[in-house]
Amino acid sequence: MTTSEMMTLKTEPFVLNFGPVHPSTHGVYRMRATLDGEVVIDLEPVVGYLHRGIEKLAEERTYGGFIPLTDRLDYISPMSNNLAYCLAVEKLTGIKIPERGEYLRVIMAELQRLANHCVAVGSFLNDAGAYFTPFMYTFREREKIVDLFDMVCGQRLTYNYMRIGGVSQDIPEEFLPALIKVIERLTIFIEEYETLLKENEILLARSKGVGILTREMAIDCGISGPVARASGVNRDLRKADSYSIYDRFEFDVPTCETGDCYDRYRVRIEEMRQSLRILSQAVKDIPGGPVKAEVPHLIRPPVGEAYGHLEAPKGELGFYVVSDNSIAPYRCHIRPTSLINLSALRDMVKGWKVADLIIIFGSIDITMGEVDR
Amino acid sequence: MTVALSGKDIAVQIEEKFPGSLEDSGKDYLLVKSDSLPVIAEYLKNTDSLNFDYFNFVTAVDYYSYFEVVYRLDSTEHNHSIVLKTRCYDRDVPTVPSLAGVWQGANFQEREVYDLMGIQFEGHPNLKRMFLWDGFPGHPLRKDWNK
Repeated sequence: MTTSEMMTLKTEPFVLNFGPVHPSTHGVYRMRATLDGEVVIDLEPVVGYLHRGIEKLAEERTYGGFIPLTDRLDYISPMSNNLAYCLAVEKLTGIKIPERGEYLRVIMAELQRLANHCVAVGSFLNDAGAYFTPFMYTFREREKIVDLFDMVCGQRLTYNYMRIGGVSQDIPEEFLPALIKVIERLTIFIEEYETLLKENEILLARSKGVGILTREMAIDCGISGPVARASGVNRDLRKADSYSIYDRFEFDVPTCETGDCYDRYRVRIEEMRQSLRILSQAVKDIPGGPVKAEVPHLIRPPVGEAYGHLEAPKGELGFYVVSDNSIAPYRCHIRPTSLINLSALRDMVKGWKVADLIIIFGSIDITMGEVDR
Repeated sequence: MTVALSGKDIAVQIEEKFPGSLEDSGKDYLLVKSDSLPVIAEYLKNTDSLNFDYFNFVTAVDYYSYFEVVYRLDSTEHNHSIVLKTRCYDRDVPTVPSLAGVWQGANFQEREVYDLMGIQFEGHPNLKRMFLWDGFPGHPLRKDWNK
């Protein structure tokens, strides 16, 4: 074929499906990408493959009986889901939580943030092409946190530890010494991990300047969590709408300016450091006493509605609960962090190549259980 | 702490600007007539003292005699919030104007509400089912579904 013949060849957009089952989609998720050569010109997310109707199921369960189902939302961080739901019901009923219960909640929520970011950072690097080596390192550390959860509630994935009015049971004697060891270990680990990756040339080349989410776009789309903070939105509900006892701890809210994939990675690493700071303060201050308020087995909140929200590892997770004074919620809506964080994906990937699409998607850190509910 | 703005105070401002557009207001919410929803939304977003730039969530509740569509808006600048509500009484084709043109964040969530509760968002750029497949019978979050 001569050059002039090649010049007159017609090109047309090409539609490529990623998923529903694809290693890069972190679950059953489909991206319908329209490509011009190698460049993404349009993208349509297709969700719903994991839809279990959890909001409908909530209407047929008692207030306490719904907690195990919240574990199945964002199954990478069930403790935060438990807590968000309990906060909403406690707001509705006005239950006060004992001191020790509050401290245990904060400890679990921060451990959960560490565990989640271990997965997020590891799988992000996986998507960037560093196949499984960094992932294995983070999972080795996550394992230690999961062991701690196993110690307090006997579960490794779906913890069901929080209760309305506190937590289900007190921690065993050996928990706090083990926690201190984990804090020390993780502090060293993060430094070690940083020396490997912070200035890594390949990582910088793959992620710096890629998939930029502007501040305006992040706010307009309702993006929250590390993704928003990487774009310069200084909004962390632990500070902005302080819940539980977060106002007692000293910690910073790390933010970045550019909003590219590298910034999202950086924010997560910094957040892990801050979580360790909160944990070491909580371990020092934790008081004795009961861990759960006296709450009847069947709760009948007064007629009304409440929205309880918290800073989950992935962003703002909220439960909007409507009560009609019966033993089951009349309506329970879940504000899904992961689904809302996906709403800017189309604009983030436009103009980038297919290989970048994978890393941009990976940097958002979503769980399909929460997207589809 | 995020301050929940008093619905009553904002209601006075809105009543002055758009007379007759409100049905009711309460401690932390505004109940808006559905046809004046877009102008009020624009007003809440673009007034400097309110500046509700962050569309937090939208959902709907089925009260048998009407559907209540609930919006929660936040301001990242002033760190305050308000709950906006509107009602639709037509059970066959409940219709509410779409806010996807005001906040992009409304796009996906309105599709979800349409899918599960069957609220038609008028003017939505791509109103199709989100989680369930086309041809799924009814809208499962309605109270009379599958009864």
